[in-house]
Amino acid sequence: MKMESVKELWRYRELLYFFAWRDIKVRYRQAAFGAAWAVIQPLLTMIIFSLLFGRVAHIDTGNVPYPIFVFCGLLPWTYVSGVLGFASLSLVSNEPLLTKVYFPRVFLPFGSVLAGLLDFLIGSILLVGLMFYYHVRAGWFLLLIPFVVLAMVLLTAGVSMVAAALSVRYRDVRYALPFLIQVWMFATPIVYPVAVIPERFRPILALNPCWGIVVGLRACLFRGLPFDFRLMGVSLAIAMMVFVLGAFYFRKAEKSFADVI
Amino acid sequence: MSALISVEGLSKKYRIGSARPTTLRESLVSAITFARLRSRTREETIWALRDVSFSIELGEIVGIIGRNGAGKSTLLKVLSKITHPTSGEVNVGGRVAAILEVGTGFHPELTGMENIYLNGSILGMTKKEVDRKLDAIIEFSGVERFINTPIKRYSSGMRLRLGFAVAAHLDSEILVVDEVLAVGDAAFQKKCLATMGDLRTRARTVLFVSHNLAAVENLCRRCIWIDGGQVRMDGETHHVIKAYMDTMVGGAQDHADLDNPESRRGNGKIRFRSVGFLSPEGIAQRVIRAGDPVVIRLHYAVRDPVSHPSLGFRMYTDMGTLVTETSTWHHGINIPLLEAGEGYIDLEIDCLNLMPAKYALSLWATDDSGAVVYDNIECGVTLEVETANIYQSGKDLDSRCGVMFFPQRWNLSGTKRFGRDLQLDARECEPLPR
Repeated sequence: MKMESVKELWRYRELLYFFAWRDIKVRYRQAAFGAAWAVIQPLLTMIIFSLLFGRVAHIDTGNVPYPIFVFCGLLPWTYVSGVLGFASLSLVSNEPLLTKVYFPRVFLPFGSVLAGLLDFLIGSILLVGLMFYYHVRAGWFLLLIPFVVLAMVLLTAGVSMVAAALSVRYRDVRYALPFLIQVWMFATPIVYPVAVIPERFRPILALNPCWGIVVGLRACLFRGLPFDFRLMGVSLAIAMMVFVLGAFYFRKAEKSFADVI
Repeated sequence: MSALISVEGLSKKYRIGSARPTTLRESLVSAITFARLRSRTREETIWALRDVSFSIELGEIVGIIGRNGAGKSTLLKVLSKITHPTSGEVNVGGRVAAILEVGTGFHPELTGMENIYLNGSILGMTKKEVDRKLDAIIEFSGVERFINTPIKRYSSGMRLRLGFAVAAHLDSEILVVDEVLAVGDAAFQKKCLATMGDLRTRARTVLFVSHNLAAVENLCRRCIWIDGGQVRMDGETHHVIKAYMDTMVGGAQDHADLDNPESRRGNGKIRFRSVGFLSPEGIAQRVIRAGDPVVIRLHYAVRDPVSHPSLGFRMYTDMGTLVTETSTWHHGINIPLLEAGEGYIDLEIDCLNLMPAKYALSLWATDDSGAVVYDNIECGVTLEVETANIYQSGKDLDSRCGVMFFPQRWNLSGTKRFGRDLQLDARECEPLPR
């Protein structure tokens, strides 16, 4: 059974690519600025946050200039929240597909997970540009970036599967999710450095895998910041767990998708 | 040899009604208050399929027929793994491509070409396969000129053709097709049927669900009749269709009561009560002679006043071919208001030029757009047309001569054999006295 479904995923693998391709193609169709939005959006957010938290609130980020500090947090966060938004609706908005054709259902949310990586890549290039602009140097920890990205993708895929499957049965997800995403954002050190959180709360907050991802990414990019291997290990493990549990839940739920949607 | 598809004791249950909580809040509330336990007992279920068993060998083309709601579509959905059976076993020994709808997954923002790739991929084709067949697909669709235009600018007919073009080029071992041919213009339907015929020569195993019994008979040697979620009959197509139509077309009546038809849809604002066949003088007729004038009287009951309704019917032969559809809408007649209560409308036919046979009538009443169905009865009424001396020749004519005849005469004046003009007049149809 297990083997069979893996084989099937493999046989349909091109569909995953086509779903991602469709998401990307359609996203900026009939938009005058087209794909430029992928650059404009994170840049504008960074500028607004820099003015608000850097200039007005005077959040201290040590040696790292605030704009690049916040951008480095926004980059993975935009990926997680953006993909989650698309993926949670990926099943509901493709209702005719679920009731009329058979294909591995998991490819619908995964298509969003894959498509989001393009925006992530564009954002990363932007980040490299900013690093040159602000003369920020990366250290050897740069080589650890793949683990950070892996944790980010696994976590996003896991939560996406659950959100997508849940919203088939409960349309409440559509309304609850944006709120939860906002809470999640403030529970992650994106606009503020970890230092502002009292020491005793940190272990609890570190159970949020986004914590490790954002902190880890900064440590990879800014020389002089220590890389917390234990934190990264915990985040990666939790991300994997979320992925596996999400996959199990999805498999169980997908049997009734066509009937309850 | 073992069967390619084997179905054992397959059942599928659906919950109906709104007993099941649909939002998270309701679900949480009922979990806390144990309301769920109570609602369970109120919950209504229906068996869309019940204990269905059959097997299909490699290369067979099998038609599946049955009334609306008999469970045909559910069966196809289970076979193509779209939905899971409640109990029973389904073993399918090959790749299944299911076409339950044409153009599923088309994205309006993408171009025709892009949609070919997307749709093909959703239906299980690889990119290489689509590459290879691209030219053939585009040609088949007949939308070459617009292939790089987003399909939101396509007409519905063009979308349909493009969708069928992709589906027609699927190359999986098992093909499951539902009712795709019920749409599109006549020329396109013909093309689709021809493609279906081609599948036979490609040694594919095909399951074909349709209301078009003529198409089923034409394509399938074997036919399965599903009735009330169960296999009513499974065998040689002609026998099965004959038996199926016999239940649709009952015995002769001078009027048919419609208080309890087996298949009825619509919201009930208008209900057909009965249908009568009358002579122009208003005398009820049991059978109508071919070529006679007839009045078809549709009795209805209206619950609340209905504005701008359309009433009409479709007439089918006993093999399920649509003979004609007519309605107040087709005649451009505007009925401003039907008052509550009972009434009837008459369709006056000057000359019923149908060959002797039994015909089935499907009645419908809708709003003027056709979007709201007040009443719809599939094949609930039988019209029996009796043989008559149609051409005044003493020759008996029956359904072997076709479905209908024209008021006609042969003119032999162009021949040299007779010394004078010879005209054989068919009995002229006289218009009804008004």
